[in-house]
Amino acid sequence: MSNNSLVSISDFSKDEILELLEDARRFEENPNQNLLSGKVVATLFFEPSTRTRLSFETAINRLGGRVIGFSDASTSSSSKGETLHDTIMMVSNYADLIIMRHYLEGAARYASEFSPVPIINAGDGANQHPSQTMLDLYSMYKTQGTLDNLTITMVGDLKYGRTVHSLLMAMYYFKPRFNFVACEELKMPVEYKIFCEKHGIEYHEYTDFSADVINETDILYMTRVQRERFTDLMEYERVKNLYTLRNSMLEGSKDNLRILHPLPRVNEIAYDVDKNPKAYYFKQAQNGLYARQAIICKVLGIK
Amino acid sequence: MANTKKELAVAALENGTVIDHIPTQSLFKVVNLLGIKNLTGSVTIGFNLDSKKCGKKGIIKVADVFFPEKTLNRIALIAPNAKINVIRGYEVVDKYTVTLPDEIVGIVKCGNPKCITNNEPVETHFHVVDRDNVVLKCHYCERSFKDDEIEII
Repeated sequence: MSNNSLVSISDFSKDEILELLEDARRFEENPNQNLLSGKVVATLFFEPSTRTRLSFETAINRLGGRVIGFSDASTSSSSKGETLHDTIMMVSNYADLIIMRHYLEGAARYASEFSPVPIINAGDGANQHPSQTMLDLYSMYKTQGTLDNLTITMVGDLKYGRTVHSLLMAMYYFKPRFNFVACEELKMPVEYKIFCEKHGIEYHEYTDFSADVINETDILYMTRVQRERFTDLMEYERVKNLYTLRNSMLEGSKDNLRILHPLPRVNEIAYDVDKNPKAYYFKQAQNGLYARQAIICKVLGIK
Repeated sequence: MANTKKELAVAALENGTVIDHIPTQSLFKVVNLLGIKNLTGSVTIGFNLDSKKCGKKGIIKVADVFFPEKTLNRIALIAPNAKINVIRGYEVVDKYTVTLPDEIVGIVKCGNPKCITNNEPVETHFHVVDRDNVVLKCHYCERSFKDDEIEII
């Protein structure tokens, strides 16, 4: 990896992930530290993502750094036809670190190959979003006290869901057991099942979102089923409510169960779940701040 | 009869490289890949020749040029069984089959329209993740492609 950039979660070893989790824990204890004093960080969002951008910018601000950048490519010179290469070269003259979100897959990897300053990938199309994965890992670690030997049930869109794919890859260090709950159209792609088999990871596939599956779960990872993913809208109408979590479904669940969701949610988690202490998705978003503080300091080599 | 002629033709090369057993449908892609049209020496290209092994085949004989093995291995993607004969003074001094390299740079187009390599002037780069089934993974967008999905630039 050139100049310590973070493009994909698989750029990190198990030890590096564990170290980042520990760093995130320390930032949670004390999020306001002047570690980035005198540093300028650029947030380049070629595709809008308010949630991710605010999380990163809060992380920088709480560490005493300054932020430059844009939140939408239409306000940057890429709308005039400037290449990504030239935008990155120009911005690297000004900033110590570039955090970028791009609609093209591989954009961050490419940028990391020529950028004189480190790059953090804040999402490249449907490919990678490693800071989301780090915050998922941190949320799991915090609520379960460990990442080892967890039963993780993933529900909803397992075909296109970038977050579930990255999480699956990152968990392979920790001997997980997976349940994949999805309709036929949105099943976990074969390449990830091969990945599990190759690494001896146990997994089970279900089309029914049943109490039996929930009751053996430690982490229930919900995702949004998006209408535009369906070629057959009849099929969407049929399945859209089959994968909705309701509070009553949690009656027999384990005490340590926690419900995660990358947000935004639409109707896949009923509002009556919000009051259940096992609902963790809003806290999960907050953990993103600490996870991102840890990532920023790591790529800049700040201890 | 055709066979004798062909052997005679190969033997007729004093110095140079013979690339044999190229699948007929890949012959002109191999010609392009090796930049043969830019050579100034004599080149013989045989197309649709009879082959005991593979029905029809292509063959390229290049006089006075010795390609590095690395360059010739680039054709393994489209001519996996191509045989290389290096000839000096009418003698075959080296003989080998091409092998697929671990990394393929700048030969294959990424099949993902949303990949950065299809949208910016970036040289493509693939990792060979499965040699036997020829599965390539894009270094940038991280998508995998099987041999029948691979498009040569």
